[in-house]
Amino acid sequence: MKIHEYQAKEIFKQYGINVPNSILCEKLEDIEKCVQSIGTPCVIKAQVYSGARGKSGGVKIAQNKENALKYASEILSMVLVSPQAGMKKVNKILIENAVDIQKELYMSFTFDRTNEAVTFIISEQGGMDIEETAVKNPEKIFKQVIYDTFYPMETIEKLGLSSDISEKTAKAAEALYKLVIEKDALLAEINPLVITKQNEIMALDAKLNFDDNALFRHEDILLMKDEKEENPLELQAQKLGLNYIKLDGTIGCMVNGAGLAMATMDIIKLAGKEAANFLDVGGGASSEKIENAFKLLISDKNLEAVFINIFGGILRCDFLAEGVKNAIANLKIECPVIVRMEGTNKEAGADILNNSGLKFTVVKDLNEAIEVIRKL
Amino acid sequence: MSIFINKETRLIVQGITGKEGSFHANSCKEYGTNLVGGVTPKKGGQTILDVPVFNTVKEAVAEVKPNVSMIFVPAKFAANAIIEAADSGIELIVCITEGIPVYDMINAKKAVKLNGVRLIGPNCPGLISPNEAKAGIMPSSIHKKGSIGIISRSGTLTYEAVYQLTKLGLGQSTCIGIGGDPIIGTSFIDVLKEFENDNQTQAICMIGEIGGSAEEEAAEYIKENITKPVVSFITGMSAPKGKRMGHAGAIISGNKGSAASKIEALTAAGVTVCKNPADIGTIIQEVLSK
Repeated sequence: MKIHEYQAKEIFKQYGINVPNSILCEKLEDIEKCVQSIGTPCVIKAQVYSGARGKSGGVKIAQNKENALKYASEILSMVLVSPQAGMKKVNKILIENAVDIQKELYMSFTFDRTNEAVTFIISEQGGMDIEETAVKNPEKIFKQVIYDTFYPMETIEKLGLSSDISEKTAKAAEALYKLVIEKDALLAEINPLVITKQNEIMALDAKLNFDDNALFRHEDILLMKDEKEENPLELQAQKLGLNYIKLDGTIGCMVNGAGLAMATMDIIKLAGKEAANFLDVGGGASSEKIENAFKLLISDKNLEAVFINIFGGILRCDFLAEGVKNAIANLKIECPVIVRMEGTNKEAGADILNNSGLKFTVVKDLNEAIEVIRKL
Repeated sequence: MSIFINKETRLIVQGITGKEGSFHANSCKEYGTNLVGGVTPKKGGQTILDVPVFNTVKEAVAEVKPNVSMIFVPAKFAANAIIEAADSGIELIVCITEGIPVYDMINAKKAVKLNGVRLIGPNCPGLISPNEAKAGIMPSSIHKKGSIGIISRSGTLTYEAVYQLTKLGLGQSTCIGIGGDPIIGTSFIDVLKEFENDNQTQAICMIGEIGGSAEEEAAEYIKENITKPVVSFITGMSAPKGKRMGHAGAIISGNKGSAASKIEALTAAGVTVCKNPADIGTIIQEVLSK
């Protein structure tokens, strides 16, 4: 789960990591009051779940009050176009005290799959895209895999900072690591982490991603979820307990199991089309859940056809057929529905579909499915 | 011989009194697996499916001498269930549970390594050695005893491959789902090594997916160590970057973990890679007839 920068900074404060003085603003009429309370120079930052805000005009520095008001109202009413996240309407801005910067660092903790451990990364090339630095100046990036106890100084001393600054940086690293472990963050990134002219260490940006599977023990984090930032269909799917991801194609698909769902998308591609979504209804779906899944699927307006691909194991084909039949009976569906069912109770499932009086194209295997989809 | 489980297997199920646990324990028993007991805290002393229930794995080990434990404990408690099994002298732990927090699994994996035991999963369908034993949730009826060893990160996609093989008359030695999470107990390489040494296995089918670098590492291993033919399918060719495709482990981040990189590594290692999941069975048949 992602959260906003301003929310991440609130958590930073709880852990004793310095952040600039700031205020969140959600309404145009509040801008003047907010700017007044922070003063100038200040930084206006769009709060959206997306990186590269600076490049898309979502971050601006204002030297005086006049500019601050102008930038704030511009950013609060803009639609950001970012290469990472597409179109994003800005609903919130953070107005932040501008800091006198001496040097910009990069600091992060990520879960590293290869080592199956948390990795600490620090670089003196802050403010830049870290993947770019990794390519151009790999010697400027220092990594430390944390298998047991975390000793940040071991790595921080490689940056060649003064001992006072090194100690303050290590203290920030220890605080951030504590946050990572206590809150189940799979990514915690501060870019830039700055050394101010007053020789303080301060987080100018803040990015936290949490382990969805651990949210049951972090009610405080769950409350931070901003539903406006999620795709509405994906949000609805989450509420129904379905694993759904909106994609750009025209063939809607409903599958049981994540691996088979991806393979089904691949099959659609082999047939010369693109999948409109990824949808895994899971192993033990009831006919009611199938009905909900099907309704969700066809609420996508770009559909050319729907392809249902089920390998019944725990999920019985007759439950599936019942759910699909009920969904279609209650809705007006104009596009063709192609069904491939295999496994547990497939005969009973086929009977339900064939006796429903509704029109389906039932295919016997995946190769036949490819042929049918190709001819659409 | 099959690998990991066979007629000698003595199975317990942690979480046997739950709905899923009892359903699948029964299905394994009906398949002919020697189910010797179950574990559910505070429910010790009961009998379910004609076997005794214990409060702890240690008690079960002392009383009914299991060597394999299959875990159906809810995600919140599953990592502790793995640690308990690892500390109690179980040789093979099969964790079916999906949704275990990553940092819990870091600790569970440490306990597994420390005790020198094998963990399969979590978030996996388990394993089956046809006509020998089953410690998993796969539909039994699609399997047939034979000479193909199957390793996969996925569940239903594995059933698809098995079913294609069985329809062609090609049986399986052992079918193992290693799981779709970022941290898993048994890797492709661990299973490849066992299949290479197994006399019953004549060919290996490896089903991978996007995310991580397990397939690339397996490719390196195959090049140096595997003499039996390997056929592979990688799912997720059409998946976009940065989106988690159901499995916690199935995500392409940056340029890492794409299907193209995996297919390239496997092809370079001499593996026959299927482009179409509908053809897994027929391609294995072709490879075997060469």
